[in-house]
Amino acid sequence: MASIFVVSAERFIPLFPRLACQGVLLGCHPCFRLNMFSKGTKRKFSDGDEEISDESLVGARVASSYSLQRQSLLDMSLIKLQLCHMLVEPNLCRSVLIANTVRQIQEEMTHDGSWHMVAEAFCSAGQSPSERLVATEVLCRSREQDAEPKLFSVISYEGCREEEVVADETLCSVSVSDTVSNVCLAGRIGQCWEKSELSGVERDEEALEDSRLGSGEDEEIDTKDRASTESPKTIGQVFGTFEIKNGSPGPDSALEELFSDVDTSYYDLDTMLTGMQSAPKMGPYDILDSLAPSHSSPSIVSTPNCRSDLNELDHIMEIIVGS
Amino acid sequence: MLSPVLCSDLAALEPEYTEADVISTVEFNQSGEFLATGDRGGRVVIFQREPQGEYNVYSTFQSHEPEFDYLKSLEIEEKINKIRWLPLHNPAHFLLATNDKTIKLWKVSERDKRAEGYNLRDEEGRLKDLSTVTTLQVPVLRPMDLLVEASPRRVFANGHAYHINSISVNSDCETYLSADDLRINLWHLNITDRSFNIVDLKPENMEDLSEVITVAEFHPHHCHLLAFSSSTGTTRLCDMRARALCDQHAKLFEEAVDPSRRSFFSEIVSSVSDVKFSHSGRYLLTRDYLTVKVWDLNMENKPVETYQVHDYLRTKLCSLYESDCIFDKFECAWNGTDSVIMTGAYNNYFRMFDRASLRDVTLEASREVCKRRAVLQPRRVCVGKKRKETDVSVDSLDFRKKILHTAWHPKENIIAIAASNNLYIFQDRLTPNGHHNTPEIQSAPPKWQTQPNPPTY
Repeated sequence: MASIFVVSAERFIPLFPRLACQGVLLGCHPCFRLNMFSKGTKRKFSDGDEEISDESLVGARVASSYSLQRQSLLDMSLIKLQLCHMLVEPNLCRSVLIANTVRQIQEEMTHDGSWHMVAEAFCSAGQSPSERLVATEVLCRSREQDAEPKLFSVISYEGCREEEVVADETLCSVSVSDTVSNVCLAGRIGQCWEKSELSGVERDEEALEDSRLGSGEDEEIDTKDRASTESPKTIGQVFGTFEIKNGSPGPDSALEELFSDVDTSYYDLDTMLTGMQSAPKMGPYDILDSLAPSHSSPSIVSTPNCRSDLNELDHIMEIIVGS
Repeated sequence: MLSPVLCSDLAALEPEYTEADVISTVEFNQSGEFLATGDRGGRVVIFQREPQGEYNVYSTFQSHEPEFDYLKSLEIEEKINKIRWLPLHNPAHFLLATNDKTIKLWKVSERDKRAEGYNLRDEEGRLKDLSTVTTLQVPVLRPMDLLVEASPRRVFANGHAYHINSISVNSDCETYLSADDLRINLWHLNITDRSFNIVDLKPENMEDLSEVITVAEFHPHHCHLLAFSSSTGTTRLCDMRARALCDQHAKLFEEAVDPSRRSFFSEIVSSVSDVKFSHSGRYLLTRDYLTVKVWDLNMENKPVETYQVHDYLRTKLCSLYESDCIFDKFECAWNGTDSVIMTGAYNNYFRMFDRASLRDVTLEASREVCKRRAVLQPRRVCVGKKRKETDVSVDSLDFRKKILHTAWHPKENIIAIAASNNLYIFQDRLTPNGHHNTPEIQSAPPKWQTQPNPPTY
């Protein structure tokens, strides 16, 4: 387990640069080791405490160290949920417990108001887009949204690989209403629990992509929406919070830039051959997925169904031949 | 208390072992004569108690094979999750063994006689030339070397969409339950193509999922009562007479957590990893990450007894979470008279708690310390400075060595401890009958060094 962790972490880092330079200062918790995170600078929002008196300064430092630890715990939990066992189904009990922990942390952060600050810290224009962690991007709620973030930025549910290349019909289930701020989760998280159908990666990426593309892509999403009802067996895949943020500032360009860094050599030949033409943007999760050992399941499919069938067949063939 | 003595060292001889050899379940049958173990490789090994008191291998068979679910592109592990014996009806022994998806009923029977003198076939089984058969003979039974055969009699497949975590035979001896993460099904032992769903925790909207079933068990005497525990730390008692679907519990056993002591790990630590009814049927034993609790079935709001298994881990929850050790599922066990409780811990330690005297002891099951006939010495884990030479510091505990599976003989003071690929069977040296020591019987000073205060680990 440990070795898998490390290897994956290395791969994670270029994709999640913000995570790498997040600078988790662990404060006074000696046994809390996060080896994969590099030590960096303290978070900006804690600097504001220093103006006050000594006593409250100490209290503030304790508080900020607590929130750092809390953030570290949150990040660790997210990573745990993302790492998936390649072949064997993930342990549902463990996943539920980790997800509940994530929920709890995020609720607390919301009530503290530090959620607000986290969002600010991450979404501020000062940070270069490539530093933005896609995962936490999703966590962030832009200010104009409601104060009740429904959380979850669990990107991919431990779940492994893409069994059925489902075209993110799941994405579809996200309502594209502008007014709903909490939209995402609904329907999403639930689906990810479906055992064995969890393979957040590609789908998450798609969801992400969709969410970022704003209103222009609504049509596409709607198509998928319809598609979801047509292929019930593909339910239950993504576990992610993808709010449809229409016209949210910055993220589009952030994503563009992030994707532009993508090394297309990561593409598996199969992926190319089985119809990925429509998706020039490969999200980070896709890369992750194609890095997965024997298995490459092309999942970015913007035109569902027929292509996904092809992909499915290819996928199954791969398994049979490969295993 | 007990002075466990190693009576059978059934450990693998080589220190190197494969993952497949790791024991994943241990279970005595109702008489205690047989002990079954299942491992990660899908094998079942049955031990039988010899007249001298030692356990030796009786039968070994491959129960489950690895499967591949092509639809979901996932492997189905062949690891045996649970074994439960059926009560004895005839000379053959029956047991249920389950992996993540499929439950099998195995018949283990002995053959010590062979029929000889058939008319149509000769001794090697070849057909005889009929022209050479001049007289008819009646085959006679002759003794042969004991042959133990295991054959699968029933395969209960496709009943579960999620991973099966427990099975439990009903006291009516006709039905049994199987529980996965979200559902509990009721099967009839003779019917393999259908089962009844009696508990379903799957929410309408999976996004609302926050609780899974961890263990389920039937009451030992009342065929309509079953208990199941969840990842949120609650244990429910359900009555099947009330309605067909037991989603509404008859009783809910949950201890309120002090809100000021809540941490992010509170829920994970409270997740119940094992539930056992007492032999009397009056009490429930639950094991969560740090404690074992005894509940009176008549009182739901708090346990009647709580025992700290390894409270020194409370400050280490963060690193245990990081290493996933916090998700380890330890089992617990009652002794035959419900007076002593046992459960496993880390570093190959296991703990026993005497309910009457409130004394407890920590013992180690490892190749280095366990020699035949040697009495186990108690261990102590210290948080700070070592008080004695033999103390073990918390920081030097090996968290890879965990004793998850333990079993207690239903009548006598014999315990079976599984430590990775090793099985240790300990017997109480002083009181083989299971009675507590009295001064007349005791011929040596007590082997325990337990202290009522403060509690030792």
